[in-house]
Amino acid sequence: MNLLLYDKTFEGFLSLIFYSYEYKVVPDKIADENMYQDEIFVSKYNITTCSEKAERVWKGILKKTSKNTCQEIYKVFLSEQEGIEMLLFNYMRLIIDSSSGIVDDYSNDIVLQVKNLHKKVIREAQRILMFIRFQRTDDDIYYASFEPLYNVLPLTINHFKNRFSDQKWIIYDVKRNYGFFYNLKGVDEVRFEMHRPGKVNKEILSNEELFFSDLWRSYYDSTNTKERKNLKLHKQFMPKRFWKYLPEKDILAS
Amino acid sequence: MNSNVIEKLKVLAGSAKFDVSCASSGVRRDNNGKGLGNAAAWGICHSFTEDGRCISLLKVMMTNYCIYDCAYCVSRRSNDIRRTSFSVKELVDVTIGFYRRNYIEGLFLSSGVIKNPDYTMERMVKVAKDLRQEHRFNGYIHLKAIPGAGEEQIRQAGLYADRLSVNIEIPTEPNLKFLAPDKSYKSIMTPMSVIHDKIAEYKSERKLFRNTPRYTPAGQSTQLIIGATADSDMDILNLSSSLYKEQQLKRVYYSGYLPVNSYDKRLPAIIEPPLKRENRLYQADWLFRFYHFEIHEIVNEKFPDLDLQFDPKMVWALRNPSFFPVDINRSDYETILRVPGIGTISAQKIIMARKHRKLSMGHLKKIGVVLKRAKYFITCNELPSITINEIKPENLRKMLLPESTKHVKKDQKTPYIQLSLFDDPVKKLKE
Repeated sequence: MNLLLYDKTFEGFLSLIFYSYEYKVVPDKIADENMYQDEIFVSKYNITTCSEKAERVWKGILKKTSKNTCQEIYKVFLSEQEGIEMLLFNYMRLIIDSSSGIVDDYSNDIVLQVKNLHKKVIREAQRILMFIRFQRTDDDIYYASFEPLYNVLPLTINHFKNRFSDQKWIIYDVKRNYGFFYNLKGVDEVRFEMHRPGKVNKEILSNEELFFSDLWRSYYDSTNTKERKNLKLHKQFMPKRFWKYLPEKDILAS
Repeated sequence: MNSNVIEKLKVLAGSAKFDVSCASSGVRRDNNGKGLGNAAAWGICHSFTEDGRCISLLKVMMTNYCIYDCAYCVSRRSNDIRRTSFSVKELVDVTIGFYRRNYIEGLFLSSGVIKNPDYTMERMVKVAKDLRQEHRFNGYIHLKAIPGAGEEQIRQAGLYADRLSVNIEIPTEPNLKFLAPDKSYKSIMTPMSVIHDKIAEYKSERKLFRNTPRYTPAGQSTQLIIGATADSDMDILNLSSSLYKEQQLKRVYYSGYLPVNSYDKRLPAIIEPPLKRENRLYQADWLFRFYHFEIHEIVNEKFPDLDLQFDPKMVWALRNPSFFPVDINRSDYETILRVPGIGTISAQKIIMARKHRKLSMGHLKKIGVVLKRAKYFITCNELPSITINEIKPENLRKMLLPESTKHVKKDQKTPYIQLSLFDDPVKKLKE
């Protein structure tokens, strides 16, 4: 059994594909180099990440298929699901080894799994666009934090950069402990040393912040039509895991 | 700004919620790097109310003072309710404040009619103009065109708004006259035609001159109230299909009537809003917009109302068994779309997947087809299974009734009776 270990980055994963094709090592299992247990009867390969090789693989795939499919591979990788590397390895192998058009074969199990996972990742990224709530601090930075299911923050940054181009903001992934800071010029990745709670302390909020969150809460309450209450639908659209970050659903605040 | 604004917002959002439209889609406006916001072509919802509706825009009325007295409206002149109005500045500040916090996609502004339609419209346009010009706001703006407003006001509105809408509310003219004596079909249809003509005019001009401004880039929509009058589903759907065709509306919204003025004897007394009927109307609306159906296939003289138990596509299938079974591996896209349980996305996937191999039921299930219904209407790459033609439509209808209604029927049956040896069972049952 071949076990391939890499550093959990996308570049590392592409280097792994390169290695596999160059040395004809077909992996049976792919794992994180920091998080694996030694097993018996296993031939172990440590893959070093190399951006040159990664780029060659990326360009090779681009030649075989469309830009959209490449994006799809990247997005599915961000799902960080168990066994995602093997699925993507098999998917890319399908693309590389078969004639064109394999990516719309919805009756193929591997293709279908990738498509379904892709849909889930996209949906989670959309939910970030929907449910992010900024709080304005007294030094005039708009701060928002979240715990997305998948590592989708990189997919949403462009949207926020275009939309809020005249205000400073930070969007932080509490679960993965990293985020992005926009300083009116460009976006930088940031990482807070201390573990931060999801919300800004009341002391450093700007004066108007409480007014606007109160206003929003009362707006939310008055748009509700009691005669048509449908909590099942409500939860389906707005899953409970987001509630603690939404001023309108945060019961403790009101 | 102060707590006064909170009170105002409560009142004016509460009376604006009866407008069901909340779409923020259909237009893309980029941020040039200096302004605030942009509009995403696909629209984004930011929250959901407890009744499961999307909140995408700050939906609010400029004022709820009104000189009209429409029977179905909560803000009608003769109602004794709290009245208040927003100033232009207050509305602009609230919109910007919400937008910067990612609460909303933009503003949906309607208004009661004060003084006259033109004056009301001018005030609303002022809000949109300030947002766009002074605050360089690129988010979504939906303005309500007031029935009876003049051409110039409508033209101005369309230059700043992404979408305009004129609500028809009551689907037939005599009923509108009866319930809203101050309005007429003409006062509603004229602004609608003005918007339609202006859109076409600006569009053709834009082809010649690149710097021509865009006019109502997300098009116009309208709303119909369902269940306040005796109009049949056929009347309603014929009206909306002609609106889609002639006025090129982007959307017609259907709003189940809520008894807000239950004292008015011109209106029906209802216990709960006709939610199911509203849902079926939307489904029918979808059928002729995206599923290549004709109106007369869904409702006609023989069946003027939609079936509440089944969706309109299923009902059509039950009425037309000879159309089935559809061969999944050979039929064209339009034909596959007609199978109950197969939507546009599944149909597209089927078309793509069958290039690679013949599809069987197993494949369809994985693609996401609702086989529970679809299996009686299709043939795949398998031995033929039992279809609607063998079962007969009326039996299939019974088989596919949702579980909940089946149970109700069971309960309604005569309860079982413990028979005793000495009683006359027939006599006892009769009791």
